Amino acid sequence: MSSQIAEVFKKGKAFIPFITCGDPSLEVTEKLVYAMEEAGAGLIELGIPFSDPTAEGPVIQAANVRALSGGVTTDLIFDMVERIRKNTSIPMVFMTYANVVFSYGTERFIKRAAGLGMDGLILPDVPFEEKEEFAQVCSSYGLDFISLIAPTSHERIRMIAKEAQGFVYCVSSLGVTGVRSSITTDVDSMIRLVKEEKDIPCAVGFGISTPEQAKEMAASADGVIVGSAIVKLCEKYKEDCVSQVKAYVKSMVEAIGYDGADESV
Amino acid sequence: MSKGRFGIHGGQYIPETLMNAVLELEEAYNHYKNDPQFNRELTELLNEYAGRPSRLYYAEHMTKDLGGAKVYLKREDLNHTGSHKINNVLGQVLLAKKMGKTRVIAETGAGQHGVATATAAALMGMECEIFMGEEDTRRQALNVYRMRLLGAKVNPVTSGTATLKDAVSETMREWTSRIEDTHYVLGSVMGPHPFPTIVRDFQAVISREIKAQMLEKEGKLPDVVMACVGGGSNAIGTFYHFIEEKNVQLIGCEAAGRGVNTAETAATISTGKLGIFHGMKSYFCQDEYGQIAPVYSISAGLDYPGIGPEHAHLYDTGRAQYVPVTDTEAVEAFEYLSRTEGIIPAIESAHAVAYARKLVPTMKKDQIVVITISGRGDKDCAAIARYRGEDIYE
Repeated sequence: MSSQIAEVFKKGKAFIPFITCGDPSLEVTEKLVYAMEEAGAGLIELGIPFSDPTAEGPVIQAANVRALSGGVTTDLIFDMVERIRKNTSIPMVFMTYANVVFSYGTERFIKRAAGLGMDGLILPDVPFEEKEEFAQVCSSYGLDFISLIAPTSHERIRMIAKEAQGFVYCVSSLGVTGVRSSITTDVDSMIRLVKEEKDIPCAVGFGISTPEQAKEMAASADGVIVGSAIVKLCEKYKEDCVSQVKAYVKSMVEAIGYDGADESV
Repeated sequence: MSKGRFGIHGGQYIPETLMNAVLELEEAYNHYKNDPQFNRELTELLNEYAGRPSRLYYAEHMTKDLGGAKVYLKREDLNHTGSHKINNVLGQVLLAKKMGKTRVIAETGAGQHGVATATAAALMGMECEIFMGEEDTRRQALNVYRMRLLGAKVNPVTSGTATLKDAVSETMREWTSRIEDTHYVLGSVMGPHPFPTIVRDFQAVISREIKAQMLEKEGKLPDVVMACVGGGSNAIGTFYHFIEEKNVQLIGCEAAGRGVNTAETAATISTGKLGIFHGMKSYFCQDEYGQIAPVYSISAGLDYPGIGPEHAHLYDTGRAQYVPVTDTEAVEAFEYLSRTEGIIPAIESAHAVAYARKLVPTMKKDQIVVITISGRGDKDCAAIARYRGEDIYE
């Protein structure tokens, strides 16, 4: 295993925030990365906006539209990462859609991302059956290609876990990303199946927004991923969202007991 | 490489949440496509309910007027619900029922596929929800009413450009949230495997009939078969049984909108590049960073930024040819066929008629061209009148 990603989870339960690059601007995105690191985030997911994000709910869809209307491109995001990497080495992964990577040139994209110090890549529209063309290139440049498992995966979980890298992204609910009042999926069993196959960290995402939910998920998971709840803050507070997001991330980090708190592993 | 490939195209680029659903569908389809009982039931539906086989009509006036090859029209517009969409929908809804599903969902652009799905759902007692771009629900208000009349719930889609591609995205999102009892009736030869294959097989009845009807009427195969292409379901249906007949030329007519040199076009082969979207690798209209382009055509049914993977492969291998047809040419052909043969074609189908008007005069009199008229044009009359400056509303 290549990456810094595995190291993240050795320190305890990781809080993994997601933000859409360029919402409201790349300058704010950069500040958000620093603020979220200071608040205790273990790993950061940077979303590269896509015109038609089929796995996203309304909140992140709207963030994609705002970012693209603001003129954000893959190249401008790479430039931003270059600036960020001068100031912090916090592990970061890109989350985007297959066409963003493919149209840039899969190898060209992955080479650039790895060269800038990105640690992984998440493509929600690339399932196990299609991962070869991306995962192989990632592995030759030392990037973790992150696999997802869903409540409908059942017997597929073992097959996916076997070849997973970095961490396994456990989708907690059916449907698309977005805040949910309760999570009914038996996430514990999903994680148990993964761990039976491979000793790899499992982070749970989709639908989580409150510290209570995060704490509950962290009981069995190694990490908790939150996107829509943070993106909502960016939407509401725009240029002034940094302190809001920082306070929110801090509350979530405390809830899951990361970094030395008494419930950490 | 994964399953469902046509050359380099196709595949299953979808969220993990949907993988077991498409695998289950593939397994069920592979079982039922060879099941005599299923095929008997489907044939009965196609013949007795949808009115198949559709006529292969010799367009004598058009032939004389163009002064070249003999022109035949494959009359899919005469099917129940007014287009070829019913062929696929009856197959898929019957399959869904056999699979124990109780609810079907579908996207629609102009409303033809939505109406066909709502019809089949009403017939087979299934719950039905249709996703349609909000922009399109306004442009095609009558079809929205028609779907509701048939018992379907119509959900206006406000995301993105609020047209067909967004309706597809939203139906996919809906499917990820409710898989257990729900089948997604995809309307074209696109999306993840096995949809391009399933839809093609259900539409292949078009070329199977053309072949038999042509041999009966002329004692030989046609020289050219042609159809309009958006996602490409009526075109692949028209081509399929001729793909191995190397002497039959296959022509797909794309919607060029205001022209392939403008941004207001939906001609994927002429202006798109290879990409991955809506579950498949194929050609898509997109910018240099892979953002999907907001395409345009006067025809809501061809207003889609991609093309089915099998068409992309037929293009790569040179087996089929794809030509752009502008709004203006399509509208002229719409009027031309109405006056010449007394047949009002769908504006989609008029794209194929338009190219035939250029091609047929260059051919010999002993040659034969078959044009598939994929649907009837009643739904387009108000829009075409407006295009011509007459202020008519439905």
